[in-house]
Amino acid sequence: MTEQEQVSDEAVAELEAGASKLKVSDELTITIKEMHKWYGSFHVLKNINLDVYRGERIVICGPSGSGKSTLIRCINRLEEHQQGDIIVDNVELTNDLKNIDAVRREVGMVFQHFNLFPHLTVLENCALAPIWVKQTPREEAEEIAMKYLTRVKIPEQALKFPGQLSGGQQQRVAIARSLCMSPRIMLFDEPTSALDPEMIKEVLDVMIELAGEGMTMLCVTHEMGFAKTVANRVIFMDEGEIIEENDPHEFFDNPQHERTQLFLSQILAH
Amino acid sequence: MSTEQTYAPGTHPDLPPPSNTIGFVGWVRGNLLNSTTNIVITVLTVYLLYLIIPPLMSWVFLDAVLQADSRDDCRAIAKEAGHPMGACWAFIGKRFELFVYGFYPAAERWRVNIAFFIMLAAFYPVLFDHAPYRKQGLWFALLAPVILVWLLIGGFGLEPVDTDKFGGFLLTLVIGVTGIVVSLPIGIALALGRQSDMPALRIICIGFIEFIRGVPLITLLFVASTMLNYFLPPGTTFDLLLRVLIMVTLFSSAYLAEVVRGGLQAIPKGQTEAADAMGLKYWQSMRLIILPQALKISIPGIVNSFIGLYKDSTLVIIIGLFDPLGMGRASLADTKWQGLSTEIYVFVAIFFFISCFAMARYSLYLEKKLHTGH
Repeated sequence: MTEQEQVSDEAVAELEAGASKLKVSDELTITIKEMHKWYGSFHVLKNINLDVYRGERIVICGPSGSGKSTLIRCINRLEEHQQGDIIVDNVELTNDLKNIDAVRREVGMVFQHFNLFPHLTVLENCALAPIWVKQTPREEAEEIAMKYLTRVKIPEQALKFPGQLSGGQQQRVAIARSLCMSPRIMLFDEPTSALDPEMIKEVLDVMIELAGEGMTMLCVTHEMGFAKTVANRVIFMDEGEIIEENDPHEFFDNPQHERTQLFLSQILAH
Repeated sequence: MSTEQTYAPGTHPDLPPPSNTIGFVGWVRGNLLNSTTNIVITVLTVYLLYLIIPPLMSWVFLDAVLQADSRDDCRAIAKEAGHPMGACWAFIGKRFELFVYGFYPAAERWRVNIAFFIMLAAFYPVLFDHAPYRKQGLWFALLAPVILVWLLIGGFGLEPVDTDKFGGFLLTLVIGVTGIVVSLPIGIALALGRQSDMPALRIICIGFIEFIRGVPLITLLFVASTMLNYFLPPGTTFDLLLRVLIMVTLFSSAYLAEVVRGGLQAIPKGQTEAADAMGLKYWQSMRLIILPQALKISIPGIVNSFIGLYKDSTLVIIIGLFDPLGMGRASLADTKWQGLSTEIYVFVAIFFFISCFAMARYSLYLEKKLHTGH
């Protein structure tokens, strides 16, 4: 099975049917300017410049240790950058906690290891942030939670604990949990890397649907099939730098940079 | 020669397990007689129990004397009944009130009894979340300490009772319960402080924890009973029991802080990150995400510390407070009852065992209740 086939046909058809909706607007939503980050003396991110427009679906790929996760973690300040600017929806990320809170309210994140809260039910996981961050009344928050759990197709699991679900189900709960805050931007940090092969599809389907609705998405992933069908831009990183940035067709068919070619030849070889 | 298969492949019916692998027989076979070594151990254990149990039963129950006025009386009664003298429980019976209330004035002991039941009523909604009217119960639990202090030391319409009249199980409970209830929040705060990003706070917490852990409790109790007088302005009186309570609480909170820290460190970093990414504030993420999980992991350690603290309350004997052990030793000084130390210590041991065993069982119950994964 090639990776391309892991994305279901209906989802792709849906995506293509709604292609007009997927037009990227010219409204800037994330601006990263000359950004550098160090871990101690280790220079992880070097001179990152990136503009993201509303509605874009960007896939970030690259060898492990290239700084791709660190980059998207800088966007919601899970990591602090030391130089340069990151502006998300007109809010600049600084040490100001108010700004950080404002950005985190707009930006949802999905992690490689789901990071669901094991002591809370699926429903409580989803309703938690609306209740405590947005002060939504509990009943209303649970309604919202059920709405998104239905969208990721697991409403029947609402009262279970995360430990009772499969990996794919857990990741879908994690996506629903982020959506409950109605974010304008979604960050995906290798959302399918910890999943068994047969569960990757169910998670990718949810992500494709999300893209179809015009969500701005930044996705670190090794799913090249997903990149080809969903992304409007692919970014290749290596050793903390953005090496190449292109639309997916150009990127896969005609990679410009030597390192990109090497990377693609390695991951597409089998 | 194999018999013919009577079912189609993939339709094998579910059969009951062999009868000797289930029920009591199965349990005995599986746990007591499942290997030569285990058979030997089982036989030896049964023999040892045979050696120990009958004499113990005779001493505790059959040959025991329940009513007597002195040790000689006990012996005489046993002789008259024609059996050797077992436990002379009469001694405990005569001193029972002293063991329970210490020197608390007899006319005021009803207050201790009421306080005891108020304490139980306050704990119930805190410890069991299926308690009826739990919400009101929790408010009552918040109010209970004030009522308890008022009942026990008096004032505001009640006859005042000095804390040096406290003794026996009353004293153990006062020290144990106060220590447990107050040291848990302090311990959690210290554990969080120890991991804080603020250097000043972190250093203070580490310093406190390491200092307290580095000093024996007895030393702290001596400091409480004698040395504080040198530091306090002359003429000030500072209740001895209160000093002991403070020292015991601080001591226990340092240990708890380390237990809780262990729990905090066991929580994957992803939990904090997920909470942060959702926009939860530090205290929200601690209260809703991190602490519930960290405390759950720490339950065995926390209860272990509580049990330790509860039993360490007997150390107050060396600074002149009369806990049950102190009472026992004082009673043994009575010439009428000399030589009955076994009865005293068995009795005190039973009291401590019941309290500590209850705590241990509660901790198991809580662990089971909070278990959510597979």
